[in-house]
Amino acid sequence: MSTLFAILLYLATLVFVVGTLYRIGVYTRTPAPLKIPTTPAPNTSTGVVLRMTREVLFFESLFKANLWTWGLGWLFHASLALVLLRHLRYFTEPVWGWVAFIQPFGMYAGIIMLFGVTGLEARRLFVERIRYISTPSDHLMLVLFIAIALSGLTMKFLSHTDVVAVKSFILGLMYFDSQPLPVHIGLYLHLFLVALLLLIFPVSKLLHAPGLFFSPGRNQVDDSREKRHISSWARLMESNDTGKAK
Amino acid sequence: MSETVTAPAYRIIPIIPALKPGAMEGKGPYVANDKIQGALGFPEQLVEDWHDRALAKMGELLGKYRSLKVYMDACVHCGACSDKCHYFIGTQDPKNMPVARQDLMRSVYRRYFTLPGKIFPKLVGARDLTREVLDEWYNYFHQCSECRRCSVFCPYGIDTAEVTMAAREILDSVGYGQKYSNEIIGKVHKIGNNLGLPAAALKDTLEGLEEDVKEATGIDVRFPIDVKGAEVLLITPSADFFAEPHIDSLIGYAKVFHATGTSWTLSSMSSEAGNFGMFIGNYEQLRKIALRIRQAALELGVKRIVVGECGHAWRVAYSFWNTLSGVGDGADETDQFAMMLQKQLDHRYKQPMHICEFTWDMIEQGALSFDKEANDKHIITFHDSCNVARGSSMGGYPGGQFDIPRNIIKTVANNFVEMSPSTTHERTFCCGGGGGLLTDDLLDLRVKGALPRMEVLQQVVDEHGVNFMACICAICKAQFTKVMPIYGFDRKMIGGVHQLVSNAIRLGDKQ
Repeated sequence: MSTLFAILLYLATLVFVVGTLYRIGVYTRTPAPLKIPTTPAPNTSTGVVLRMTREVLFFESLFKANLWTWGLGWLFHASLALVLLRHLRYFTEPVWGWVAFIQPFGMYAGIIMLFGVTGLEARRLFVERIRYISTPSDHLMLVLFIAIALSGLTMKFLSHTDVVAVKSFILGLMYFDSQPLPVHIGLYLHLFLVALLLLIFPVSKLLHAPGLFFSPGRNQVDDSREKRHISSWARLMESNDTGKAK
Repeated sequence: MSETVTAPAYRIIPIIPALKPGAMEGKGPYVANDKIQGALGFPEQLVEDWHDRALAKMGELLGKYRSLKVYMDACVHCGACSDKCHYFIGTQDPKNMPVARQDLMRSVYRRYFTLPGKIFPKLVGARDLTREVLDEWYNYFHQCSECRRCSVFCPYGIDTAEVTMAAREILDSVGYGQKYSNEIIGKVHKIGNNLGLPAAALKDTLEGLEEDVKEATGIDVRFPIDVKGAEVLLITPSADFFAEPHIDSLIGYAKVFHATGTSWTLSSMSSEAGNFGMFIGNYEQLRKIALRIRQAALELGVKRIVVGECGHAWRVAYSFWNTLSGVGDGADETDQFAMMLQKQLDHRYKQPMHICEFTWDMIEQGALSFDKEANDKHIITFHDSCNVARGSSMGGYPGGQFDIPRNIIKTVANNFVEMSPSTTHERTFCCGGGGGLLTDDLLDLRVKGALPRMEVLQQVVDEHGVNFMACICAICKAQFTKVMPIYGFDRKMIGGVHQLVSNAIRLGDKQ
């Protein structure tokens, strides 16, 4: 079983990293031929950095849209971030000071994350408009997060696993020095679901994470009158004619 | 349209409406005929291999537009946009929710361009591109006015306008174009403006206007055309030349130029600010129309280009002209195409400049004076036109496009009230007729799409006695003139900001 999980986790990490980098590469290479920043668009790069920061950290636009979705979504994402950071303790030896410090917070974050993601799924089930636009994969994605959170929390609160052994297994993966994974059904489930999440990341709507940074409506500087912006494919048209209407 | 179109009831409390699936199913607006299509270089009718060609076009656009590529991938179906579209609010058709409209295309994208959609189409909501899907695209992508309201609320800035534009571009490429937009684009190429107004008729109209203004004011206000060496070239929507209430704003611009002693001219070759190339999402058409203005500017040798009251035209001018035709600043020294024009323009001023920026500059410099009382019969509110609000700016700072028109109104009139803040500034609602939908075969949709604006207008009418809604868009003016009577308002309630300027401006007798 340890070998199977080792292979699965290596594979999932590889797909996640290569797949996501490939997607980012595609976004980077695809030109944005026209200036389409949305109001209120900043006139400077600093303004754009601030705008993106507000979007990434506080979900500014979603806040304007719907307080329930914003609240549940923000709680889910913020606690997920904290939970991920908490898991750094399995990857570092000795554990970094700040990672040790956030351990208790990360634990509560796991519960809040479960609350947030369940709330989001309730929205999908009970709000008519959201139910209408939801595909089976939208539901399953949330179910996946619920299952990951539940399996993780179970190990924390109900059926403990040997976390020291888990850590040596993971450090073993990192340093190519294979170590046994404790036999624990909850742990197997947790790791399997996380691997699944990594595998589908580059081919699913989880691409919203890198996508946000490439959204022209949000990342463009509003300086169209001050600076000429032209894409390579549009430039070609200019060498093909005199620039006069025919 | 023969059947009577009635207005939907106002919502007692503006709650999110329940869904009425299929409410707006149908064939969509009139399809362009072979002549209209052919004139733009599009296939004359739906081609036999439309399926393959549509997918090929989609692939091409995904490679040319980062917006489309990212927007197809990034949506998580969170529903933030789902209650933000005026057409959804007015029609209750779930396919008019922005996310559902995007999904008409996204479902096809997933089927042919993503791995999960190829393997598990049902799971991820992927669909084959069938004739039914194509017809559905034609219908529902002509129920979007590309107003971008949804994009303000999207956590990833997904802009349905970009998706609608791509869909229309694909439809055109397989010979399934819309009559209204494509016919108009043909007229611009052939005659120089959307209305097909020939140069001789235009000159007659302008002479008539000079006489009218002389009669009304006793002052010789000129409406010059094709004057070489003029300082300012005015590019304005052709509706300003003869439609009501548009023409009153044209008179306003002329009076501002007169009172400030600015030498200006119109161009008979380039007598259109509107650019329907944007509505159909076709870069070549967008560019070709924009190049007429470049050509006129070069031929007339003007130093400045000023744009009249037109929403989408100002978006194209402000955001795209520098890209398309070099009307702007900051081109590279080696960029011969742009430098040819940019060397000629006077860069002490923004290029291009909105007529409201021009007028406000002059007001700030003290070059204009007004009899505000002349507008006392009006209790005025201001409708932010969607393309100005969400596709452009003014004054060189974020939000200038909201302040400057309001500042002008407050300078020329005494009574001004705002409508509900959830419907103004960046959150403004489209008039219901933008984006190539201002055609009588879509009147039912236009009336329903106007609902959210009419509701809040009714509020300020009831509470403050508002009797004039100012705006700076030719399409808004035409749409409201048609639709407001259906909601029981006087059609004369809608008018331009420069109409108010025109009423109050002091000509010639400035101390």
